[in-house]
Amino acid sequence: MSAVTLSNIVKRFGDYTAVHQMSLDISEGSFVTLLGPSGCGKTTTLRMIAGLLDPSEGEIAIKGKRVNDVPIHKRNLGLVFQNYALFPHKTVAENVAFGLNYRNVGKEDAKRKVAQALELVQLPNLGGRYPKELSGGQQQRIALARAIVIEPDVLLLDEPLSALDANLREDMRVELKRIQQSIGVTTVFVTHDQTEALAMSDKIIVMSEGRVEQIGAPEEVYNTPASEFVAQFLGASNLLAANCTGVSGNDIAVELPGFPHIAIPKQRAPKISAPGPVRLVIRAERLVLKPAGTVDTDGLSVDAVVENVDYQGQSARYFLRVGEHQLQAINMIDDHPLPTGSKVTLQFRAKDCAALPVEARS
Amino acid sequence: MGWRLIRVYTILVYLFMFLPIAVVVLLSFNANQFGSFPMTGLSTRWFEVLWNNDAIMRAFRTSIVLGLMTAVISTVLGVLASLALVRYQIPSRNMITTLLIAPILVPEVVLAVALLLFLNFLDIGKSFTLLLAGHVIFTLPFVILVVQARLVSIRRDVEEAALSLGASPMQTFLKITLPQLMPAVAAGGLFAFTISFDDITGTLFWKPGGIETVPTQIFSMLRNSISPEINALGTVIIVLTVGLPLIGAALARRLATKSGG
Repeated sequence: MSAVTLSNIVKRFGDYTAVHQMSLDISEGSFVTLLGPSGCGKTTTLRMIAGLLDPSEGEIAIKGKRVNDVPIHKRNLGLVFQNYALFPHKTVAENVAFGLNYRNVGKEDAKRKVAQALELVQLPNLGGRYPKELSGGQQQRIALARAIVIEPDVLLLDEPLSALDANLREDMRVELKRIQQSIGVTTVFVTHDQTEALAMSDKIIVMSEGRVEQIGAPEEVYNTPASEFVAQFLGASNLLAANCTGVSGNDIAVELPGFPHIAIPKQRAPKISAPGPVRLVIRAERLVLKPAGTVDTDGLSVDAVVENVDYQGQSARYFLRVGEHQLQAINMIDDHPLPTGSKVTLQFRAKDCAALPVEARS
Repeated sequence: MGWRLIRVYTILVYLFMFLPIAVVVLLSFNANQFGSFPMTGLSTRWFEVLWNNDAIMRAFRTSIVLGLMTAVISTVLGVLASLALVRYQIPSRNMITTLLIAPILVPEVVLAVALLLFLNFLDIGKSFTLLLAGHVIFTLPFVILVVQARLVSIRRDVEEAALSLGASPMQTFLKITLPQLMPAVAAGGLFAFTISFDDITGTLFWKPGGIETVPTQIFSMLRNSISPEINALGTVIIVLTVGLPLIGAALARRLATKSGG
């Protein structure tokens, strides 16, 4: 059964269309992420599900019931914001208990539920404190407890980790996923951070400029991007102009100057059905730098020169020149990163490549 | 050397500002029957005379009632106006704000005469209600300014969180927004009360015959002679208009620290 269904949702602000004809089906208990850069319409979509914005067109249903005309306070949703949005004049326990006041929950019951929720977010002893006495991470846990204690039909998370420090963010990511799984609540998560999306989601909806670019499981979206935008937004990808010279049963043949012949598996190029110009997609971390002249029998290789190095500690991002193409490669660092000007052999496997049709530039 | 001069100068400025007030307070305890120096002894007899002066006590009651009603109406209207202006997308919001603030900018005499002429034009006679309306008009801007400033700092997502948890918009306002707004509401109300209590210009124009407020009563008493009662009344008014806001400010600060500023 679907927990949330969007049918042909459109949202306009004056002349500007923030969300175009969006349809979406979120199944019960799943963790779905709306991923995209700022201004892509992901938060607008979330706010429409929440009832904080009215769609200009289309229908929103929660648990099969149309909710377009149901105001937010009657939708039974848990909402967590980027800036925690705790009630500053109420204690932690009062914050968490707030939603229970509007549901038929007895005093003792409410007390027990609040204690359980605080236990679940691993802050059982902070009930008497005020929000400003807590750290950012603690505040966000309390905000989460406040949202789940009412047993919402859907949990909506609007960039809940963005205000936290990098280290804390990773801990909270794991924590959030654990809590979501333990209570099994349907969750819609909005983020611009691809790492969060890949790590937490059952399904990712990649959005750009108010349109859905791709819907799929994290691996699917990562390995088989449906568009150039998705290829570039999730991780670092090389997009090269190439030519498809033939389509056979299992793979498609791709040629580009300076490269060996590449046979891309059919499932990595679902949109290519006939020979012609295509875009070759190779992920930066799938290009392996080897000393110049290394010969590998089971992979493809091409000679390259290191033009620039972006040192990142455990790994380095290399900017490489191969004939007329500039490529990026992300490799683990063994001892030291390779210096600028090094001549190297780039190795990659045909099954790590993907091909996309050439998009008409708008 | 330079600093010493500045210090002396500063002290002189403060003396110039506050000595007259101190003199009034001091003379109100003077036992002499003339309200001036030299003092002949300490006494509270002028406060008793004041207490027994029906005209003054009536004026005092009028002022208190007028001030309280002005404060209540101004605060309610001011909070509603601020909510509308800050929380909702209203066309020509800036113009409305300017119009609401305008009574501060227009000289009070002009405002007083204008309202009077307007009432004449409409053929409406003076009454207590109109006096009250006049006071509300020029205390409202203070309430709006104070409340708006505070409301801007109350984040919208906190209210949205309350809504999402099942509180209706009204419950959200009462349980979430208003408690955080309280220091500003209290400050605005106090402003309104003291300004109304203190006002003479507008009141002289608007008050119907037979009704006197404390300032207009003092004004008419001064026409005859300077009675020591006036010093006593001055002391009472100083306590009220200086003391009340100070207490209010202290209260507001305590409320603010409790609600997290």
